[in-house]
Amino acid sequence: MTPTRKDTAAAIAANRFGLGARPGELAGVARDPPGWLARQLQGSAPVLTGEGLRPSAETLARVLELRKQVAAERREKKDSSDDAAQVAAALKLPAVYRPVYIDEAHARFAHSITTERPFLERLTQFWTNHFAVSIDKIAVLGLAGAMEREAIRPRVTGHFTDLLLAVEKHPAMLLYLDNQASIGPNSRAARFVGRRGKGRKAGINENLAREILELHTLGVDGGYSQSDVTTFAQAISGWSIGGQDNSRKLARLGVDNGTPGEFLFREVFHEPGAKRLLGKSYADDGLRQGEAILRDLSMRRETARHVCTKLARHFVADDPPPAVVERMTHAWLDSKAHLPTVYRALIESPETWEQSFAKFKTPADYIYSAYRALGIPLRDKRRSLQAFEALGQRNLMPGSPAGWPDTSADWDGSSGLLKRVAWADAVAQRMGDARNARDLAPQLLGATLSEETAKAIGRAESGSQALTLLLASPEFMRR
Amino acid sequence: MNLKYSRRSFLGTSLFAGASTLMASRLALANAPTDARFVFVLLRGALDGLSAVPPVGDPEYAALRGQIALARNGEGAALPLEGPFGLHPALKFLHDSYAAKELAVLPAIASPYRERSHFDAQNVLESGDLRPHGSTSGWINRALTALPAGKSREAGVALGANVPLAMRGPAEVASWSPTKVAALDDATLARITDLYARDPLLSRRLAEALESDAIASEAQTAADAESADVAMAMTATKPETVVERDAKAKRNYNARYAETARAAAGFLKREDGPRVAMFDTTGWDTHANEGGAQGQLALRLRGLDAAMAALKESLGPVWRHTVVLVATEFGRTAAINGTRGTDHGTGAAAFLLGGAVAGGRVLADWPGLARSSLLDARDLKPTRDLRTVMKGVLRDHLGVPAAALDSKVFPDSAGARPMDGLIRA
Repeated sequence: MTPTRKDTAAAIAANRFGLGARPGELAGVARDPPGWLARQLQGSAPVLTGEGLRPSAETLARVLELRKQVAAERREKKDSSDDAAQVAAALKLPAVYRPVYIDEAHARFAHSITTERPFLERLTQFWTNHFAVSIDKIAVLGLAGAMEREAIRPRVTGHFTDLLLAVEKHPAMLLYLDNQASIGPNSRAARFVGRRGKGRKAGINENLAREILELHTLGVDGGYSQSDVTTFAQAISGWSIGGQDNSRKLARLGVDNGTPGEFLFREVFHEPGAKRLLGKSYADDGLRQGEAILRDLSMRRETARHVCTKLARHFVADDPPPAVVERMTHAWLDSKAHLPTVYRALIESPETWEQSFAKFKTPADYIYSAYRALGIPLRDKRRSLQAFEALGQRNLMPGSPAGWPDTSADWDGSSGLLKRVAWADAVAQRMGDARNARDLAPQLLGATLSEETAKAIGRAESGSQALTLLLASPEFMRR
Repeated sequence: MNLKYSRRSFLGTSLFAGASTLMASRLALANAPTDARFVFVLLRGALDGLSAVPPVGDPEYAALRGQIALARNGEGAALPLEGPFGLHPALKFLHDSYAAKELAVLPAIASPYRERSHFDAQNVLESGDLRPHGSTSGWINRALTALPAGKSREAGVALGANVPLAMRGPAEVASWSPTKVAALDDATLARITDLYARDPLLSRRLAEALESDAIASEAQTAADAESADVAMAMTATKPETVVERDAKAKRNYNARYAETARAAAGFLKREDGPRVAMFDTTGWDTHANEGGAQGQLALRLRGLDAAMAALKESLGPVWRHTVVLVATEFGRTAAINGTRGTDHGTGAAAFLLGGAVAGGRVLADWPGLARSSLLDARDLKPTRDLRTVMKGVLRDHLGVPAAALDSKVFPDSAGARPMDGLIRA
């Protein structure tokens, strides 16, 4: 018998919009699946707690302090070589950052497998991936998790503009896309360096400006040019971090070096002058110049369409129905990018509920849902996190500012599938007879459980093999 | 976890047998067109071609490059090539290959893409289409399907857990990366195979996975051990000295590339194995502190160089039938930026390497670095379309019919004629 849409809606809400059903959960969801999702958007997101979590500014201040010590040691040794790699090595950055990273990743994992607002958590992680910083750049290893907690999590149920401003000013983003040392060619600092530096030139680094336009806001087809990128980079030159070690030279300019590890607008780095971007003029207004540009960007139709397409792709289908994207885009523009209004347009779209299993799970989705399904206890921090690495999606390491890709073809490779199955088998052996797959299957998959899978589980030769088959089933590979 | 090694030891034996068969039949295969092997190495993030192939003899080079410029002479100098060109000092094996006429160097080259987005540029490079996101399959896969019947049966293999776009499409392509699949017993696998019978995607993927697992070489064991070591290095908390850690990081980085290359060789050298392999590398996006003879980019180039050396060594006699194309999505700015790095540019560098390459040449129509010669007054101007190289290799090395190249493999590309003479006669 084919299940009706009403029957499948609870499983879709919990598995596709959430992070995977937990035993017993579907009965409650089934009363009103869209309502269950909408209620999760009420109020701000819960604060993430966990052992070892501390503000990014504190972590970064420690590193800056270390950097000063290294510089002092080098001066003592009269080592004036300008080898950035040597400085980096002497800093022992990984030793400081690695434990912080593990605490952050673990806290996030622990929250994801226990939260009762899984839709909100999925949205949070969607935004973290939209504004991706990747820990393969060692400078953000100890800051990436904090960026999610500090800039993203508190604004997931607010306005996109506030989210955008908070992210682009976060030290993790500034460091990841190299803006902290971007210096306008006609800024006071550039003129100073030009006079004093031995042939050194200060200049703009356009990395952050380009990725804001291409990835965070307008999208690559959003109608901007190379000159918009350069102008925007000039507008946000000076968006930097307090307490950085070049302060000794800049101190001669009488410059405020800010609070170590906090966002700092360095007026002396900022390229002076009015800027013209995408047909609009922005007065020479220091920090507010870049902020005004970001505010305008967040309200543009191109931005609304780009971001709503990504949201719909994440939640509905690899090729999202145009009508859903259209409704969400309208909601964005009408509400001044009020995110819960946009999310509601998504969950109130009937297309959203039509097709079960339209998405192939990413490795992280797969791991979260398996932990939730089986109530797998967490082990020590490092071991718990190894699953992400083994299945090909190490926490907070998408490898590029574009974030993890989000379609089936990106994740359904043969080697990746085999790894999932092997991991599922290892998990099943560990859980052994402590869980009963036959009872669990309908509780997790509801009306979307197929007869074939139910039969295969029923005929398994052992309790643990039944669990392997449940986790390896076509239904559990998708959401 | 209770590891069962039975399948792996079985694999070890069968591979050993496979290797001796290959030795025996090598001469018989020497002139057969099906002997051709092709490896595509994609450097994601945009390799700085002006550092990899520095035009040290160009009068503008040193000034544009400032602190990251490579010297012509002395310690850390570029390795000499013909004309104004050199090779980055980390590329020692490539330089030896140039001397042995097994390397062709391609400066000032680019795909047809002219914007500066990594992601769109990679998409164009991999899809072979003119527009970003214009196709959901890749040029390598379509080339495989265009091979005359009998050859097209040969599958490709992608190194990594998933299949990159260049290899996606109708031809069967497996992905491979070190897997602890030995933990699964055959009875459970058989049940999973049954369970997937009604799911075309999963049943195909599982079959491919088991197939490539069954032909994985001894390199798998080595790669497993290596990846475990890398994992340990990432999560280790025991304090190490800076020197130890630095050395280990470099070793791991280089070893990982080299092991991937060895794994590729393990597939490619089998007589009944795939003919085409692709592997992906990342980390080339050097916006800040790029470094010169030493530093960030040098470390990665050394890893690439070591991987190519490992590939040659592991392929043994099959190397003479092999062409490796090393390419990236675009080049980087001619001048360094304010953070001792380089921003997104246009003209890039590519390499053709292998025993089947008519090498020992720099194939350049050098536009020069004078400001008036730069594209948009910032980028090295590309003077060669990367597709002409891809087409030349596909036609003369793999035997892809020329008619398919202009439409099926690279849509609307009749203007980009295949380059002649890339392959040794």
